[in-house]
Amino acid sequence: MAISVLIPTPLRKFTNNQEAVQASPGSVATLLAELEANFPGMEARLIGPDGELRRFVNIYVNEEDIRFLQGLQTPIADGDSISIVPAIAGG
Amino acid sequence: MPKTLGMRCRECGEEYPLSPIHVCELCFGPLEVIMNWEEIAPRVSRKSIQAGPPSMWRYHDLLPVEGPPCVGHNVGFTPLVKAERLGKKLGLNNLYIKNDAVNHPTLSFKDRVVATALTKAREFGFDTVACASTGNLANSVAAHAAEGGFKAYIFIPSDLEQGKVLGTLVYGANVLAVKGNYDEVNRLCAEAGGKYGWAFVNITLRPYYGDGSKTFGYEIAEQLGWRAPDHIVVPCAGGSLISKIYKGLNEMNRLGLLENGVPTRMYAAQATGCSPITTAIQTNAEVFRPQKPNTIAKSIAIGNPADGYVAMDTVRKSAGWAADVTDDEVIEGIKLLGSTEGIFTETAGGVTVMVTKKLAEQGRFGADDLVVIAITGNGLKTQEAVQGHLGAPVLIQPNLDALDQALQTDKLLQVV
Repeated sequence: MAISVLIPTPLRKFTNNQEAVQASPGSVATLLAELEANFPGMEARLIGPDGELRRFVNIYVNEEDIRFLQGLQTPIADGDSISIVPAIAGG
Repeated sequence: MPKTLGMRCRECGEEYPLSPIHVCELCFGPLEVIMNWEEIAPRVSRKSIQAGPPSMWRYHDLLPVEGPPCVGHNVGFTPLVKAERLGKKLGLNNLYIKNDAVNHPTLSFKDRVVATALTKAREFGFDTVACASTGNLANSVAAHAAEGGFKAYIFIPSDLEQGKVLGTLVYGANVLAVKGNYDEVNRLCAEAGGKYGWAFVNITLRPYYGDGSKTFGYEIAEQLGWRAPDHIVVPCAGGSLISKIYKGLNEMNRLGLLENGVPTRMYAAQATGCSPITTAIQTNAEVFRPQKPNTIAKSIAIGNPADGYVAMDTVRKSAGWAADVTDDEVIEGIKLLGSTEGIFTETAGGVTVMVTKKLAEQGRFGADDLVVIAITGNGLKTQEAVQGHLGAPVLIQPNLDALDQALQTDKLLQVV
């Protein structure tokens, strides 16, 4: 089964306005490298100069925030769904 | 000339034209509206504000909308109450309650942000509004959507208090109860984002929405006789309100409206069961750690606060501090405010009252300092929280003997 990655609006100019793209198994880190290879420039929007996930970016693997999992090392397997979401104001 | 010039990323400074976008494309940081101060400053004075209506719209010149309000004409200008009896309990001689528990029309500070956001939604041409909410925002969006003739889609966690669910349905909104906590509701709404062409007030319209909270700060200062207080204690959920109150005070100062500059220290209040912001501040951490909320203070149970960093910056810049309190203390706080000041606040207010008590016990306030507690919501909406903790009425027969007898019981002899 494929791995689907939901792309947020601010990044869709990289994906030709596709809302979701496919990716290969591995980890969040390899996923980001793959996105960068397919859509050059995207990784820098998500990862800061310190090599960490930017603080206003959230990545979810099967609806769980990777900050509660293993961060960038969180494994990704066939059939997983990934979502990249900006932080949202509360209420 | 327009009042608003564009938007700027708080994180990296990138600028954007005014539009319904809410995060920076470069770094995902929050966007803020750039106000045209050259245009605004000459026409704003104490007199011009005082000549305005007794609502938040007396500060219309300072809000990020161009035209007149399309909804919520009576929002805001809520009472600033001198809290003599609570002050005595806390050892504070100049304690005030800014009481948005009686904000019009839906009894929370959210009416301020929604009146602003929906006015902007109409200016952008949206006919449908939406929100992700822990309850108060749901009530307010639904009510103002009804008033303005917008269609509304409201997303809430499915375990929300009944009062907040009914208080949304009554306005005829479409309510979607999501099986998950608020952070999950939020993620779903972010994913839905622009898909349906709706204006999500806390997503699509976030920069405009957030600035509605500045009026909470403007009002405190005006009601104190154009003075910024020494300390303000604010409940934190997403973390926006505390920074917008501070921003409001600094804007007033910049416009020369204040007597004393802005000596104000800002204090963050959270429930221990959901305390990412207060934990980071108390441990002097650079980053906050998201949490899985577990508290009765549902209106502020946001484990991954979008404006958490902004809230932390505000507290640090103003030399304030933070504290959190347990659920038992939350109930104690609701009872304390009710029994000393006659104000029935929701769980978030219980948090803020008890955090103020804690900070006072830590010696963070001078006895004569001017301290303001931000009460942001109404207790009638969260009755479940105090049910079983308040005792029960004493049941009597309708005759004087029964009354005489009842008055001998301990319960009726208690005085707070």
